[in-house]
Amino acid sequence: MKTLILRTASNYLLPILLLFSIFILLRGHYLPGGGFVGGLIASIAFVLHAFANGLKDTKKLLKFHPGFLMPVGLAISFLSGALPVLVFDEPFMTGLWMHDAIPVLGKLGTALFFDIGVYIVVQGVTLTIIFTISESA
Amino acid sequence: MEFLLAIITGLLYAAGLYMMLRRSLVKLIIGLIIISNGANLLIFLLGRITKGHPPIIPKGSEVFTEIYADPVPQALILTAIVISFGLQSFAIILIKRAYQAVKTDDLDEMNTIEEDIR
Amino acid sequence: MLIAILTGFIFAILLFFGGKRLVINKLALLPTLIPLGLFIYFIRFIGDISNQNFIYKTYEWIPSLGVNLSFTLDGLSLLFTLLITGIGTLVFAYTSSYLKGHPYLDRFYAYLSVFMAAMLGLVLSDNLISIFVFWELTSISSFFLIGFNNDSEASRKSALTALGITGVGGLLLLAGGLVLGNISGSFSIAEMLGQKDLIQGHEHYILAACLIFGAAFTKSAQFPFHFWLPGAMKAPTPVSTYLHSATMVKAGIYLLFRLSPLMGDTQFWNTTLMIVGGITMLYAAFHSIFRTDMKGILAYTTISALGILVFLIGLGTQESYLAAGVFIIVHALYKATFFMMTGVVDHQAKTRNVTELAGLRKVMLPVAIAGILAAISNAGIPPSVGFVGKDLIYEGTFHFEHSAILLTILAVLTNVFISYAGYVAGIKPFVGKLPEKFEKVKFPSIFLWLPPVLLGSLGFIFGLFPVLIQDALVKPILWSIGQDAAEVHLKLWHGFTPILGLSALTIGAGILLYFLLKPSQKLEHSITRFEKISPKSIMEGVNTVFMMFSAFWTRTFQNGYLRNYVSTIILFLIMLMGFTLIGGTTYHIDYASFAKLTIYEIVILFVLVFAIGLIVFAKSRLAAVVATGIMGYSICLLFVFYSAPDLAMTQFAIDTLTVILFVLVLYRLPKYLKLSDFKVRIRDGVLSIAFGALITILALEVLAQPVNSEISDFYAKNSYLLAHGKNVVNVILVDFRGADTMVEISVLAISAIGVFGLLKLRLKSVERYQK
Repeated sequence: MKTLILRTASNYLLPILLLFSIFILLRGHYLPGGGFVGGLIASIAFVLHAFANGLKDTKKLLKFHPGFLMPVGLAISFLSGALPVLVFDEPFMTGLWMHDAIPVLGKLGTALFFDIGVYIVVQGVTLTIIFTISESA
Repeated sequence: MEFLLAIITGLLYAAGLYMMLRRSLVKLIIGLIIISNGANLLIFLLGRITKGHPPIIPKGSEVFTEIYADPVPQALILTAIVISFGLQSFAIILIKRAYQAVKTDDLDEMNTIEEDIR
Repeated sequence: MLIAILTGFIFAILLFFGGKRLVINKLALLPTLIPLGLFIYFIRFIGDISNQNFIYKTYEWIPSLGVNLSFTLDGLSLLFTLLITGIGTLVFAYTSSYLKGHPYLDRFYAYLSVFMAAMLGLVLSDNLISIFVFWELTSISSFFLIGFNNDSEASRKSALTALGITGVGGLLLLAGGLVLGNISGSFSIAEMLGQKDLIQGHEHYILAACLIFGAAFTKSAQFPFHFWLPGAMKAPTPVSTYLHSATMVKAGIYLLFRLSPLMGDTQFWNTTLMIVGGITMLYAAFHSIFRTDMKGILAYTTISALGILVFLIGLGTQESYLAAGVFIIVHALYKATFFMMTGVVDHQAKTRNVTELAGLRKVMLPVAIAGILAAISNAGIPPSVGFVGKDLIYEGTFHFEHSAILLTILAVLTNVFISYAGYVAGIKPFVGKLPEKFEKVKFPSIFLWLPPVLLGSLGFIFGLFPVLIQDALVKPILWSIGQDAAEVHLKLWHGFTPILGLSALTIGAGILLYFLLKPSQKLEHSITRFEKISPKSIMEGVNTVFMMFSAFWTRTFQNGYLRNYVSTIILFLIMLMGFTLIGGTTYHIDYASFAKLTIYEIVILFVLVFAIGLIVFAKSRLAAVVATGIMGYSICLLFVFYSAPDLAMTQFAIDTLTVILFVLVLYRLPKYLKLSDFKVRIRDGVLSIAFGALITILALEVLAQPVNSEISDFYAKNSYLLAHGKNVVNVILVDFRGADTMVEISVLAISAIGVFGLLKLRLKSVERYQK
């Protein structure tokens, strides 16, 4: 499927889709979206790129194995849950919020970081599965 | 509409089960996918369906002012969808490996082969 | 006291880690220190116990269930702890030489230690549940010890039989304990004693008694469960000495003794014990005279002795309890001697067949002395302690309130057979002319001959000075089961009484029988003819039928075909639910609602139905995969219509990925074949449609019920106020139920690792195997 059109398109599509996925992730708390969907869209972006340019190029672009995203995401999620325990002596997963809203994002809180963790894990999982399969298929 | 959706759900279950009962490995996986879709739809349906009122608090207010779709089944299904992807891919790969190992697609034959190895 | 019990377990674990090097080399005697230390520990309590200062210790274990580790050291427990640790010391020492250089000696010691610890726990526990736990532990360690020569099939089979029978007995004990606990509200025997009348008057008393009997009779090898014990003789001789004569098989006796003040003194209890004990003692004693294998003879006499004990407990008089208490000591002393002596003979002369053995006194005098001492004590010839014991047994039967003559005859007959068997096993191998083939037999090492000689001599010391055991052991036994012991005076010489006459008769008849009857293969053959109707064969027959049944059952239901499992489960579900739903459904179709359907909805539904049909009837993989994709996207659209934008997005993304996944592996996957024939497809189709209909009806039933939206309302109300989010679904996922999501992404990660592992890490050995 390495057609010229797709290849060219994917080169533009990848950043746009990634940006879109981050947008979906960040607005998740207020509007439809969130870590799961965002992560899936981001992985679709990479898969599309891999389809167009071959797996090698995508991997080169990524620079590291997508499997490493899983522990990173898990750690972020876990830490955002553990932060209240460690710093404020509150129960696990207590939501902490900043007082003032930030433009675009709205209020910033631990829940957002949790969602970012989910985003990264979902990406890691999907990409690991698909890359592994397409490599050995 | 609930009535029709209930029938569709039943249809999904029936088709899923029928596919799972086939001897072919690929059909087994497809059956698995159909059944998990059916389960999602069942949960969704049992949480009552609402048209045009997503569980998102409207701009400017802090609580719902109108009716809204039940968010709990939606949250359940959302995770179920993602999990089922993990499950499906794992199942697909498991079957691929099994196929490579015993060189048959027939579940019945796989059984006999396993016994022979033992 | 807890530490004393745990020592054995701890030692076994230590052996597991470093035992191999430690034990097999020079330090084979080292483990002997464990039982020796425990023996010294327990013997210090004699002073307290003989002054009726019984010791109670309680450690809380599962307080909410009333299960505590409560330990009691009274006369009865003390007797058993001394037997366990005392004979244990000798057996451990004996083993060091008997199994010298055995590659699994460490393992053997570990099993022995576990057994010793479990047995100690059993006799010290006051709580029926902990008794059960230790009881099963003794069965399990016995299993490993019987099957120690695990390369012999006979060994393994005997071990399994023993485990099966004693293990089932243990379960009966648990059941009995639960019944008793239910009646009395406590599992502690000490506490139950206060509620004796309640228990004996309860409607479940018989049930409880039967369960306890089941436990005791299986463990103590009573007829008709006795046959595991001769089989257990496949174990190395130290095991036979320790478990199968001196201690473990007495666990059942211990249990009956322990519970007799609680459950005894009823018609049912006493009669059952007397009948079972009576049958066992005579049956086994009679059998023992036909055996030619020394261990076989000893096994049957052991069963017989256990029968005597059950019988005596069944008599239930103060005299009979006294006789039973003394006989436990007597029997442990001479039977352990017998077994160790047999072990030496077997070890040195490589045979246990009494028809071949003769004149061995010339090559192993100390062993001969041990054998003769044991035979004398066994036959009850004065001045051995056996004489004291036998006297007491006759006292017990002779002074019983009814049918005393019959019972006495029974006891005398049993004792005649037993003493004959004792002569054959203990004296015959050592007298007469030494056959040529045994002339080269080597003299055994000191650890082999000293323990039996010690034990044998002890039988005479206690016989000459019975007062030694009288105050320290015998009286406390009677106290601990609530009997009066003030009048107990053990002595060798009672003057000329009818009892003396009976003793003389027994000894005389035994000796006469010894000279009349020579053990031979022919004689043994004459009894094996009846093997077909023995309880063993019947039990094995039942076992075979059971195995056939379970094989049939397994073939039918556990046939390894996923399809059949699924269909069985679904069929059962349909029948079960269909039965409930047969009463009729409550859902009414609201035809008015159809009017509100939009054209989009109708189209989507048709597409869905079409896609499902396509999947089911597709002829190629590609068509099926495409149809699956269509199905997914249609459902995605359904989510859009019915106010679930998050779901729609997720479903869309996942569906895309699933299709990609399929495309990636599709051509590597097997071809799409039609394997089932028409009939099977119809059958599965009917089943599937029934299942689908069931789900539909179920959904409609639920829809007809009112909604309970308490939880949803809470989330909806507090989503913004508490969690500062307006997308309630997302707030539930990342905030309200964040921990669940945390676990969920972990699961996802695991599935990814699974895929990666399956594809990237091949099992090298398997692949090599296939090449």
